[in-house]
Amino acid sequence: MAMVWGILAQALHIALILAAAPLLTGVLRWLKARMMGRRGASPLQPLRDLAKLLRKTPVLAENASAVSRVAPYVAVGAAVAAAALVPSFARGMAFSPLADLILVAGLLALGRVAMALAGMDVGTPFGGLGAAREMSFAVFAEPALVVAALTLAILAGTTNIDTIAGAFREGGLGLRVSLGLALVGMVAVAIAENARIPVDNPSTHLELTMVHEAMILEASGRHLALWEYAAMLRLALWLALLSAVFLPFGQAPAGAAPHLWVVGLLAWVAKMGALALALAAFESAIAKMRVFRVPEFLGAALLLGLLGAVYLFVSTGLS
Amino acid sequence: MLTVLALLVGALVLLGAVAWWLARSAIGARAVHGGVALAGLMLAAGGVAGLLAGPAVLALPFGPPWGPARLALDPLSAWFLLPVGLSAACAGLFALGGVHGPVPPRALVPWPIFLAGMALCVLAADGFTLLLGFEAMSVASWVLVAQDHAQAENRRAARLYLGFAGFGGVSLMLAFGLMAGGAGDMAFAALRDAPPEGWRAAAVLALVLAGAGSKAGLFPLHVWLPLAHPAAPSHVSAVMSGAMTKVALYVIARCVFDLMGPAQSFWIGAPLIVLGAASAVIGALRANLEDDTKTLLACSTIENVGLVAIGLGLALAFRGADLPALAALAAAAALLHALNHAVFKTLLFLAAGEVLHGAGSRAIDRLGGLVHRMPVTAWAALVGVAAAAALPPLSGFASEWLLLQALLAAWRVGDLAFQMGAAAATALAALGAALAAAAMVRFWGLVFLGRPRTPRAAGAEEGGGAARWALLVPAGLTVLLGLLPGVALDLAEPALRLMAGAAAPRTGLLVVGAAEGGARYWPLLVAVLLALAVGAVLWAVRRRAPSGVVRGPAWDCGFIAAPAHLPFGDPASQPTAAGFGQPLRRMLGGSLLAAREGVAMRPPGSMAPARLDAGFADPALVALEGPLPRWRDALAGQAERLRDLSIRQCLGLTFGAVVLMLVLLAVLERG
Repeated sequence: MAMVWGILAQALHIALILAAAPLLTGVLRWLKARMMGRRGASPLQPLRDLAKLLRKTPVLAENASAVSRVAPYVAVGAAVAAAALVPSFARGMAFSPLADLILVAGLLALGRVAMALAGMDVGTPFGGLGAAREMSFAVFAEPALVVAALTLAILAGTTNIDTIAGAFREGGLGLRVSLGLALVGMVAVAIAENARIPVDNPSTHLELTMVHEAMILEASGRHLALWEYAAMLRLALWLALLSAVFLPFGQAPAGAAPHLWVVGLLAWVAKMGALALALAAFESAIAKMRVFRVPEFLGAALLLGLLGAVYLFVSTGLS
Repeated sequence: MLTVLALLVGALVLLGAVAWWLARSAIGARAVHGGVALAGLMLAAGGVAGLLAGPAVLALPFGPPWGPARLALDPLSAWFLLPVGLSAACAGLFALGGVHGPVPPRALVPWPIFLAGMALCVLAADGFTLLLGFEAMSVASWVLVAQDHAQAENRRAARLYLGFAGFGGVSLMLAFGLMAGGAGDMAFAALRDAPPEGWRAAAVLALVLAGAGSKAGLFPLHVWLPLAHPAAPSHVSAVMSGAMTKVALYVIARCVFDLMGPAQSFWIGAPLIVLGAASAVIGALRANLEDDTKTLLACSTIENVGLVAIGLGLALAFRGADLPALAALAAAAALLHALNHAVFKTLLFLAAGEVLHGAGSRAIDRLGGLVHRMPVTAWAALVGVAAAAALPPLSGFASEWLLLQALLAAWRVGDLAFQMGAAAATALAALGAALAAAAMVRFWGLVFLGRPRTPRAAGAEEGGGAARWALLVPAGLTVLLGLLPGVALDLAEPALRLMAGAAAPRTGLLVVGAAEGGARYWPLLVAVLLALAVGAVLWAVRRRAPSGVVRGPAWDCGFIAAPAHLPFGDPASQPTAAGFGQPLRRMLGGSLLAAREGVAMRPPGSMAPARLDAGFADPALVALEGPLPRWRDALAGQAERLRDLSIRQCLGLTFGAVVLMLVLLAVLERG
């Protein structure tokens, strides 16, 4: 029976996150607009944009290779696969043994490399610039993520996201300084990986701020729709990851009957909404930093993560 | 089995000897390359057979004056025969396709001897035979590096390589001498019975790391590697990077895991972890700054050797702290990464060689857009690039995942200082892996994507026949090793038991993972999940979107249209190798590689253009090239004074030397 529930929960989760991704982006844009005193487009606007882009025939550069045509599918496929692994309303989903934090990072890297190569495919200066910057940011983001994972792995004994969420929900770990530092590190990585302010500005096409947008400059039609959707999925994935690991309340335990799923679902929607609100407030309150300040930002995240791990070593060594 | 392998080594030496005459015709040269490819295949098969069957020993009927030369095929040797054999087989196949006429004998004679040396080193069961193989490997590869000695930079590379090879050989000799002690029996069985302790263990470790580590390319003795590996012909570069570094790692593993005995403190792993982490970061960072394809790949080799060294060091530390399951995990990461790297780096070097044949250049700034002209090379290289960038589900990800799991468990060793160091090493290993991904995107994107930067690149031609298979076979192996690392690890189980000191937990065919309850990685299921996700996306998009694309000119970011004589657009409006590396040069290069970047502005009124002055210098090379020549000159100056001595002073010197020797003998006899 538990297996049936697991498969059902997995199917529901995939449908949920696929649908939630554009909505989340829409809500975030609407919240930001409200905070800045604008009325803002409807939260459904990203869905309309995607539908419109899908109907258009893409225009490719004359010398574009197969990379331009294949990479968007790889990027979305990797994002879907990664999003399917991060638990939302229930634990113990069918894919939960696969749900490894390092693997999720690897799948995100696959999407990132696909996007960087697509940006370089035509040989325009902008695409290469964006790809170089994106790969450089990842150089600082990945160690920060792995160091945050170190704290989680020490506390939970594994890097499996499902088990970590379960350990933090039921293990009574309480408030720990190390966990807080790991949270700060992971939030910084999430901001960088999703090209949000202060690392990159998702809503501009200004040349100096361009990282993510520069790589997809040549994309149009269904390819652009896929790139946009991959970015939305990544944002949903990161917020779901943060809420699953650091805010595990309300999540239905593994093998639980579907009536607990309703509670989990409501809790998940509330958590994602709260995170979106926090992100919107943060983005509205601060300015984008210069490109060459980003290593300092992510380096600080890395050092905080290391500090968290060291604090954990000292505290367990003393007790 | 071992007898066959011993005969194979002898046959390779013989092949090297007759290659002198075979080099006169294309058919003969092809026969030599085909023989090397076949021998490589047989070595790999021998490795598999050695892992499946039990260990074997063989005393040869000849050897040094004090005993027979001994060979043994135990699981550790057998495992390292795999990367050596596979790399040599692919490289031999590649070279076979590149022969179009008579070859100079100096390019052909050392080639089989190089492989024979590596095989002998791995199969040796006493210090003398091991050193013999190691030195044969060094000298043969030096001849191959010096093959194109007409170019000054190749001469410099060969000179530096010879210096480092000599240093490494002397260090290893001292290490084995120290292990053998006064008894002087160099057989591995005798060395195992008397493991070094205390300061001798530390000295042996330092000498082994200096000797074999310099050959493997461990920081700070890696400086020769980015010069020498690219200077050799492409198939030799592939074997030097793919196999020779693995033989050096094998020597390290053999000494520290086997010959120094299991009763060592966990701190013995620390130097390997520190040097490995430094190599991983420096190598990968340099790969982001180099603008020559083969140099870039050689720097990436330094990074991968660093990762393997971290795995070996962790395995030692876990074994010293009595955590055999974790030791097996770390050793599994190291062994699997050694094999994976041998396969994908061979593939990448051969692809770079194919690009050199087809497009006539190794400089990234003279290539570009080759995916249109050389599709098979491009897609095969993409497999290797994705594996080197540690992307799931390819082979590099599987072994780096295992390594990260071992690093994440390093805190279990218990010592606070070790825990902190391991946390820093975790961050550095992740930094190295991410830097490698950036370097690989830079390599593939700039060489194969975009527009041709020169007319020569625009007219590139793809090779065919054997060279094509030499790319497709390692590409297929990279995919297979990525999807089924469990099979490889099951095969490696006896070697892991030898290294970890206890039975490794069997993980199954489809899954690799840490000990019970730890994280698991199911590569085949991940691949299926990815394929399903991509398929579903494709299906969903097909349903909604119109098919086909419209072609139009690319928007060139406001640059004025290129003149008619530049049919591929203005090359200057494409990112260059230096331009693509600029963010990382600024972010990390300044502190780690003394990178500089400045604009030399002309005075007002001058018509000369402003120049961008950018570059970097490896601090290890600076540290060596500064004082070493000065010391050499000082020493030579002192030695020159000997020429002016009178006959009486000369005789006095001789007499003094004899007296000194006698005193030394007396002291040693009494002690």
